[in-house]
Amino acid sequence: MAEQHTASRQTILIRLTVNEHGHEVAVEPHETLIELIRDHLGLTGTKKSCDMQVCGACTVLLDGRPVSSCTLLAFEARNASLLTIEGMAQGGTLHPIQEAFIACSGFQCGFCTPGMILTAKALLDEHPQPTIEEIKHYMRGNLCRCTGYKRILESVQTAAQRLASAGGAR
Amino acid sequence: MLQPFALEEPTSVREASALLARYGEAARLYAGGTELLLAMKEGLLHYDRLINIKTIAGLADITRDADALRIGATATHRTLERSPEVHTHFTAFTRLEAHVANVRVRGTGTIGGNLCFAEPHADPGTLLQVYDARVKLARQGSTRTLAIEAFFVGAFEVALAEDELLTEIQIPYLPAHTAAAYRKFGLLERPSVGVAVAVTALPSGVQAVRIAVGCVGPTPRRIYEAETMLSGKEIAAVRAGLPEAGELAGRAADAVSDLHGSADYKAYLVGVLLRRAFEDAYQQAMAGEATDG
Repeated sequence: MAEQHTASRQTILIRLTVNEHGHEVAVEPHETLIELIRDHLGLTGTKKSCDMQVCGACTVLLDGRPVSSCTLLAFEARNASLLTIEGMAQGGTLHPIQEAFIACSGFQCGFCTPGMILTAKALLDEHPQPTIEEIKHYMRGNLCRCTGYKRILESVQTAAQRLASAGGAR
Repeated sequence: MLQPFALEEPTSVREASALLARYGEAARLYAGGTELLLAMKEGLLHYDRLINIKTIAGLADITRDADALRIGATATHRTLERSPEVHTHFTAFTRLEAHVANVRVRGTGTIGGNLCFAEPHADPGTLLQVYDARVKLARQGSTRTLAIEAFFVGAFEVALAEDELLTEIQIPYLPAHTAAAYRKFGLLERPSVGVAVAVTALPSGVQAVRIAVGCVGPTPRRIYEAETMLSGKEIAAVRAGLPEAGELAGRAADAVSDLHGSADYKAYLVGVLLRRAFEDAYQQAMAGEATDG
């Protein structure tokens, strides 16, 4: 562990990739991943809502695994690959999951959407052709308070179809 | 917001135990943090120092032994949900783990953390009781094993000495003609009631029944009196006795009234879930599956 004790507070130097760009940052042990993402890196697409791992708004992918960035300590991202909503589009082209959410009107206010899209990506990377029940089970920890679940389900199904016809996940 | 704390990252159980001995109540073990960090954010708990035990090699391993499956304390719920070894021998445990909280918590939270935090509204401790699981506890220079029943002392309280770590959960393979099932119900994020049943059954009758109830009281607990009522009988007699056994289990579970429901409501649900879990386990035991469901 690369670390140094300053006068009173410990800092940990971590390396990670954020949306495929390498970073080296110093974090304190008690800092959360969402503080690193929003406050240090300025990536404000990740939203904090319940702050207790229930709602899924702050979901990001760490080495492909969905995590609640509100309650994961930032140092846990060391040597990992972090994907936030800002990393989904490639060179100005939206990811097929993002396109599907637009095509199906899979959001209203949009606050839950980054977490929904990243959770959907983790699901589709693992199960490219999930059943409705598998989608519901995997995404039950992502809450939408505009009551848009039907269209969100349609968005994920549509994304699965588009990814399949485009030759697999990306 | 989390208050500042220092982080220790031991690489061995011995080192972690030494840190616990050195810092006492000012430090706490940290694994997934899915329970601990929430309580610290709320200001309910504060520690000057967290001891990350995920840096200890081998502590998350799942291994098959001659008599038991051994699960390392820092294995995550998601790892258990997806483990072929767990699925082969303890299908009900696979199903339980697949329904803990949500996929993010399952990917981060650990089985050892879940048991050691001893939040009453949790699932694994209840099912592990009907499996007759044991926990391995280690400190500098010595280890001991304890029945999971004896590990739970009270709400948020377990039988760990100050410098002791839970390192492993040992689940003995089920006897022949035996299957288990777990049923839970809840309206909030956490379960209100959980009931686990293991049944050993032959065409001639129900040889043995093990019952545990969780979430409703301070700790999950075995309900031996209800087990005795149902064991060693023909299936018709067992089914006829289930309502009374359910009432007994409801009373014996030490239900408390809280946000999850009144004590009476929970005691009633214990009976309902007991009947369902029994029937599920019984059908599987009779179907002769090598494992449980």
